[in-house]
Amino acid sequence: MAASPNASLFPSFKDRPIAAFAATAAIAIVLAVLPFVVGTQGNAWVRILDFALLYVMLALGLNIVVGYAGLLDLGYVAFYAVGAYMYALLASPHLAENFEFIQQTFPDGLHNSIWLIVPLGAAIAATFGVLLGAPTLRLRGDYLAIVTLGFGEIVRIFLNNLNSPVNLTNGPQGISNIDPITIGGVSFGKTQTFFGVEVPSVYMYYYLFLVLAIAIIVLTIRLQDSRLGRAWMAIREDEIAAKAMGINTRNVKLLAFAMGASFGGVAGAMFASFQGFVSPESFTLMESIVIVSMVVLGGMGHVPGVILGAILLYAIPEVLRFVAKPAQEAIFGHEVVAPEALRMLLFGLAMVIIMLYRPGGLWPAREHGRTVIGGAGANDDQGGPGGPAPTSPSADASALGGAVAAAASDAKIGGAR
Amino acid sequence: MELDILLQQILNGLVLGSVYALVALGYTMVYGILQLINFAHGDVLMVGAMVGVSVVGALGGSGLPGPAILLVALACAIPSCVLLSLFVERVAYRPLRNAPRLAPLITAIGVSIVIQTVAMIVWKPNPIVFPDLLPTTPIEIGGALLAPKQLLILVVSATMMVGLMLLVNRTKLGRAMRATAENPRIAGLMGVNANQVIAATFAIGAALAAVAGVLVAMNYNIAQFSMGFIPGLKAFTAAVLGGIGNLGGAVLGGLLLGIIESLAAGYIGDITGGFLGSHYQDIFAFIVLIVVLVFRPSGIMGERVADRA
Repeated sequence: MAASPNASLFPSFKDRPIAAFAATAAIAIVLAVLPFVVGTQGNAWVRILDFALLYVMLALGLNIVVGYAGLLDLGYVAFYAVGAYMYALLASPHLAENFEFIQQTFPDGLHNSIWLIVPLGAAIAATFGVLLGAPTLRLRGDYLAIVTLGFGEIVRIFLNNLNSPVNLTNGPQGISNIDPITIGGVSFGKTQTFFGVEVPSVYMYYYLFLVLAIAIIVLTIRLQDSRLGRAWMAIREDEIAAKAMGINTRNVKLLAFAMGASFGGVAGAMFASFQGFVSPESFTLMESIVIVSMVVLGGMGHVPGVILGAILLYAIPEVLRFVAKPAQEAIFGHEVVAPEALRMLLFGLAMVIIMLYRPGGLWPAREHGRTVIGGAGANDDQGGPGGPAPTSPSADASALGGAVAAAASDAKIGGAR
Repeated sequence: MELDILLQQILNGLVLGSVYALVALGYTMVYGILQLINFAHGDVLMVGAMVGVSVVGALGGSGLPGPAILLVALACAIPSCVLLSLFVERVAYRPLRNAPRLAPLITAIGVSIVIQTVAMIVWKPNPIVFPDLLPTTPIEIGGALLAPKQLLILVVSATMMVGLMLLVNRTKLGRAMRATAENPRIAGLMGVNANQVIAATFAIGAALAAVAGVLVAMNYNIAQFSMGFIPGLKAFTAAVLGGIGNLGGAVLGGLLLGIIESLAAGYIGDITGGFLGSHYQDIFAFIVLIVVLVFRPSGIMGERVADRA
């Protein structure tokens, strides 16, 4: 465990404070001027940077749940959606257009301050996290994955259909005309001039997302070394042992869900303001899987790994979009595989190949890399190695009757351990 | 609540449910032996449907009678799915057999994405029409109507289920499968080749999914690369509802889930006073899943085991 956040990010600089400071300063300068460099190629590239930062936030939020606490959550995008819709409803004309009583009180529609909406979005997402977590957290790892997946789909189906009889979400059309973020009277929606330098909207969002991402990075690194973070990792490694050590596993797991969800909620609010438009299409299961892949492929529980995973998985498909078509045209004479399909193919193959050859991810945490993903399954071997199989009363039952009992005794096949 | 409408909903539910049951059997067999949720199982169903619809399209102008075309479609879909499933097992699941349990789940998700994407590239993203191969005049049963293709679904699934029960309970392979599910190491000591048994389990599950795929495509007259996900998820729910690892439970869970969905979609508008409509049909499976897992994680026919820490 490293002593400070800085040392955690750059373990090799642990005993060299000057080198660490220099590296940090260099990174800070690069990050600060990045949009102006990238922006020379057009604002579209800065937009890509903005989204990459958004995904870094999401992946770090999910990392708390999946990486630290070892709970595979396949419905994380639901919290992102809750944050985004929260912002959309409270900062757009939509509600006023559809509800008479709001129209009377706020004739111009709701345009609340971000200082109200963003904390509210985080709080409501956290509430959803607890709502989902409370009944399901005692489930085994893979069941939890399926239930969270179902939860994510339920949220999406509701967003898609809650346009009648009361038009709350405007259904598949989504909500548009969402206010851009305004901080201290400065609107992020249009180009502003600071000290004679023109800063376009996408640049300002870049800096905003950068500040938020850094805040989340610092927070998660601090969490990792905290009492709570160690409790999460203890649960991930062996839940029964963690319980025996006096950890209130239920509350600690709920806290992981709530915290991960609240980060997702904040990222969602940022997404809504940045896009100016939200629709259920942005919150599909695929999106959840993409975020999970970022965490898993980067290195579960390892903050720099997760950041790397998020940036790689977001950037590579974007680059493909520009490269794949000309390359295919050069080789085959015409486009064989659409970039979107190529992107999905890449995701799928990466998930399989990384799990097979680098189960800890591309950049795993050093001390926990080996067992990181075993967390939720660790409590399955209740029979213990070599322990007697429990006598199964279902042995005579039709078919694979004893399978459930077998699941509780020994998950390994073939005797190899 | 009129009785013939109720009967109609139940019949529709049974047809829907028997397809879920076929797919659920594949999940439950694999889970029973490997404790792996084979996420790609729904996509095997999709591949079955796509191969089926391609064969039907190719034989469309040949003048063969409809049922014969259907038979050829099934005969092509089954081996394709079996081969695909064996390949996936060998490449993506077998190397991870002793890995921590979330690793194979994640590769399974990856495999599912790969199969879907490849199918999208091969068969193009647009839905393909599956023409009517059977007579379309419905049969009347007590005021409710049953299309011949629905009857076929019921008959074929029932036959497959009985066949599977016989295979598992009466044959040597079936005994080996049960033994491996019960205790893999001891089964190994008794001379059971675990790799073969597991491969056989995947093959049987894939064959059932292939049949289910062709039946689903036939029932809705459509096939598309993304069609496997929702039936796959619902079949998994059915397997959990019945008690995962238990074949009888998978069948019961499938039929029950089909009926629940059909009734819920039919009556939710009346119950909620029009607030929620039938387009919420898909959420019932998830709600059933969550409720079952929370209150009885071992399902209806499963054993109660200490599966929580």
